Amino acid sequence: MSEFLDLLRQYDVAHAFWVNLQLTFWGGLLALGIGTVLAVMRISPLTSLRWAGATYVNLVRNTPLTVIMVFLVLAVWTQLGVTLSGDFTSNFFNFAVAGLGVYHAAFVCESIRSGVNTVPVGQAEAARAIGLPFLAAARIIVLPQAFRGAVAPLGNTLIALLKNSTVAAAASVAESSGTMKTLIEFHPDYRWQVFVTFAIGFVVLVIPIGLATTWLSRRLAVTR
Amino acid sequence: MEASAPALVELTDVNKHFGDLHVLRDINLTVRRGEVLVVIGPSGSGKSTLCRAINRLETIDSGTITVDGKPVPAEGKALAHLRADVGMVFQSFNLFAHKTVLDNVTLGPRKVRKAAKKDAEEAARTLLRRVGVEDQARKLPAQLSGGQQQRVAIARALAMQPKVMMFDEPTSALDPEMVQEVLDAMVALAKEGMTMIVVTHEMGFARKAADRVVFMADGQIVEQADPDTFFTAPTSARAKDFLSKILVH
Repeated sequence: MSEFLDLLRQYDVAHAFWVNLQLTFWGGLLALGIGTVLAVMRISPLTSLRWAGATYVNLVRNTPLTVIMVFLVLAVWTQLGVTLSGDFTSNFFNFAVAGLGVYHAAFVCESIRSGVNTVPVGQAEAARAIGLPFLAAARIIVLPQAFRGAVAPLGNTLIALLKNSTVAAAASVAESSGTMKTLIEFHPDYRWQVFVTFAIGFVVLVIPIGLATTWLSRRLAVTR
Repeated sequence: MEASAPALVELTDVNKHFGDLHVLRDINLTVRRGEVLVVIGPSGSGKSTLCRAINRLETIDSGTITVDGKPVPAEGKALAHLRADVGMVFQSFNLFAHKTVLDNVTLGPRKVRKAAKKDAEEAARTLLRRVGVEDQARKLPAQLSGGQQQRVAIARALAMQPKVMMFDEPTSALDPEMVQEVLDAMVALAKEGMTMIVVTHEMGFARKAADRVVFMADGQIVEQADPDTFFTAPTSARAKDFLSKILVH
């Protein structure tokens, strides 16, 4: 047993999980930004914006994340020569964040839209009736209530994002699933112990997010 | 209200369809400055749509609507400016659920009229006092009764210093014991000379405060007269039928 624990230290498993958390944080931030813009586009009165938002969501949401990751690294970086950092490792990390952000933005957008559906249409009508233009009405009246109604689906998206951050291995980022693969490859005697360790690692990270979003969604619910 | 007062809201040959349903048929209507116009009629007669079309919460298919001499703009900043001048009170109050009563009333003046916070709050408190809910200023709408919420909604609309106030069945969603407090606020407003367009089933209000009653049925204006004439001697069969049904009990 102590030999196995030494192995975990030797391969710095804790740091590997830390990389997943960093990917999740920055990817989530990017997804929240893009997703909010997409959601505003999809509820806007302009047909062209609605169309563009819907196209993005349907295109990205229905593409496997691995395909997006590989596309970013092999096509955007290797072929088109776009770099996101001068540092080799950071470059891969940033591409992984970009892939995670771009992909999950589609889900964030749909979560926010489900939140918008919890806001009675009269709220937007009243905002327009006092003379607020569309963007101001969205920013001051509709979106704040929509976010509060979308805490649970946003939390689910965040959980999916944390688990999907393992796909960053496809963009050559040294994170937990990559470390797991290396461990199994070089220490096949410990196969099931390694697997259980990484499974528990993710469960330990995911459960608090679930609990926090449930608590927050109750606490923030708008009383009508 | 003087008969010679200038027109404030004018609808000319307005038509609107909801799919196959012709909800507004060749509506021609002029509301003069200071006039209190009550629109009554059976459900589905188009009276709410008429009200909502004036600040373009509903679009129209043909015809023109002007407010204070200017056609209602189709969209954008110009439309937002027009809406700021047209107060609207909804059947379901529609107070901003995540904002306090005071914030509900100050939001328009601050964000649209760019008033200073202090001035907006002072004006808001005066308005809330006028409608009798000043002590609720720090509460959220859900903590108020329906009647209180609707009075806050009236204060919110008045805070924009509108040229005309529109009421879309303002008492229909209220418990019976709360109807009077809202009607009292509206009567007071009418006495102050506010131009009002009121869609309502409250015949008492129409009798007490209206300068003119417009009766709508099937998307058309069937009859219009001063309240006394309308309630005692309606001319059209549709109006007679409607009044016999609502005034019997």
